[in-house]
Amino acid sequence: MSIEIHQLSKRFGEQEVLHNVTFQANHGQVLGFLGPNGAGKSTTMKIITGFLQADSGEALVNGISVKKHPIAISKLIGYLPEHNPLYDEMYIPEFLSFIGGLYQMRRNLRNERVRIVMAQCGLTEERHKRIGNLSKGYKQRVGLAKSLVHDPEIIILDEPTTGLDPNQLIEIRQLIKEISKNKTLVLSTHIMQEVEILCDKVVIINKGTVVAQDSLQNLKASAGKSVVLLETEETILDEWLVGLSYSTLDRKSPGLLAFTCKDPKKLRLEIFEMIQRYNLNLVSIRQEEKNLESIFHSLTQS
Amino acid sequence: MFSLFIKEVNAFFSNLSAYLITSIFLISLGLIVWVFPGTSVLDYGYADLEPLFSYTPFVFIFLLPAITMRMVAEEKKTGTWELLKTSPLKSYQIVVAKYLAALVLLFFSLIPTLIYYFSIVQLGDTIGNIDSAGFFGAYIGLFLVGALFAAVGLFSSCITSNQIVSFVIAAFLSFLLFGGISAMSLLTSGDLAVLLEGLGTDFHYEQMGRGVIVSENIYYFLGMILSFLVFSWILIYRDE
Repeated sequence: MSIEIHQLSKRFGEQEVLHNVTFQANHGQVLGFLGPNGAGKSTTMKIITGFLQADSGEALVNGISVKKHPIAISKLIGYLPEHNPLYDEMYIPEFLSFIGGLYQMRRNLRNERVRIVMAQCGLTEERHKRIGNLSKGYKQRVGLAKSLVHDPEIIILDEPTTGLDPNQLIEIRQLIKEISKNKTLVLSTHIMQEVEILCDKVVIINKGTVVAQDSLQNLKASAGKSVVLLETEETILDEWLVGLSYSTLDRKSPGLLAFTCKDPKKLRLEIFEMIQRYNLNLVSIRQEEKNLESIFHSLTQS
Repeated sequence: MFSLFIKEVNAFFSNLSAYLITSIFLISLGLIVWVFPGTSVLDYGYADLEPLFSYTPFVFIFLLPAITMRMVAEEKKTGTWELLKTSPLKSYQIVVAKYLAALVLLFFSLIPTLIYYFSIVQLGDTIGNIDSAGFFGAYIGLFLVGALFAAVGLFSSCITSNQIVSFVIAAFLSFLLFGGISAMSLLTSGDLAVLLEGLGTDFHYEQMGRGVIVSENIYYFLGMILSFLVFSWILIYRDE
């Protein structure tokens, strides 16, 4: 199952929230959908699920138009909206069974699927609780379970880890990794670490326009520069750095410098020569690839 | 659709305020029919339930909006509307499921008042001396008035995400239909007066209260109910 988005545009009144958004998520791929607040991520997801209609352009799921066949598409998609809407007065199995009923699943199959997804999402122990009495982390699990009940081929998760504590974050990420096997998954998030752990492909959207889309490796490679971090006990003077082949320099503290460069190997050798020449006490020297966060920042800071 | 219908009925009966609404409805009717001096059937002198049928539609003006106000408005407010709208349910199925649930709740609210009929049967001078045809004609009319107000309430709930606003709109529209339009007909004359009178729900309800079920009255109620359900469907469909 694949998702293809072609030239999607959407206005809310005077404001254009999406402008010619185009991207594709292939079968079995985990696509990270990144963008600052108000970039148009949720709107795009709502259009893919059929909740909103685009003004122009087309969203295709497995080649089928969402606009023309919203009911057929809804059966293929499991969707967790950003605010994770749940019926607080319901018990977990009751809620999941209700969702199964909406998807016209037969009672036996529905009961079986409810049992499976509750086990998968770690909810079996909590089955006697009303949803309103659950912690945020468990509510998020219920939301994930809800999007899995009808065993969809495509899963769309809109900021599934927002507001969770560090332990819950790890648990939910693990759960997402688990459920993404053999599924096409679109995940919107602000957390770059999450994308680096979970995603195969990244689409970055800013002010309603796609500003980058590629595999994570290619995106990092296309940034073209590495970061070398040098830490010494002494304060490094500017004149000692003359002749080093770096592009930019960031003094994080008197003894800690961050160089960006195209050839980190050459720069490292030059740094070692400088350390010997000025007889400095080296604390550490390490190389970091330009991370997704800095790429995201440079693409969306305008 | 059946799943949503069951959920709506369960949601009503698992909510304390629902029992409160139904209890207040039944207590109000009990006071009107049996206790208050001006309206009590015990002072009335005739073995019929005229006060029940006269006052219940006015109680319905508040009861039905209280039942229906949350049906769509609350879903929109809490975001569960997105959950329903991204499921394979069609817009009309959402309307029908919620409306049928409202009818079930209306039925369960109204059914205890049948005991009044059996009480009057027993209290009549010569037991059983009651115009049963008139009673059941009016009772069906009462249910149809409630069914119409439920459709109005559902429509109002589709307009807004605020339950209070939904309640006020529904109560006002119900009041217009039951009494308001016919009162306006008194301000006019000729064909317009006849038209306005015919549009009023009270006109058709009173005819049914005579124990004669005429098809045009049934068509009126079904037509009005269907109209408000279609308006609700249009509002929901336009959301997309």
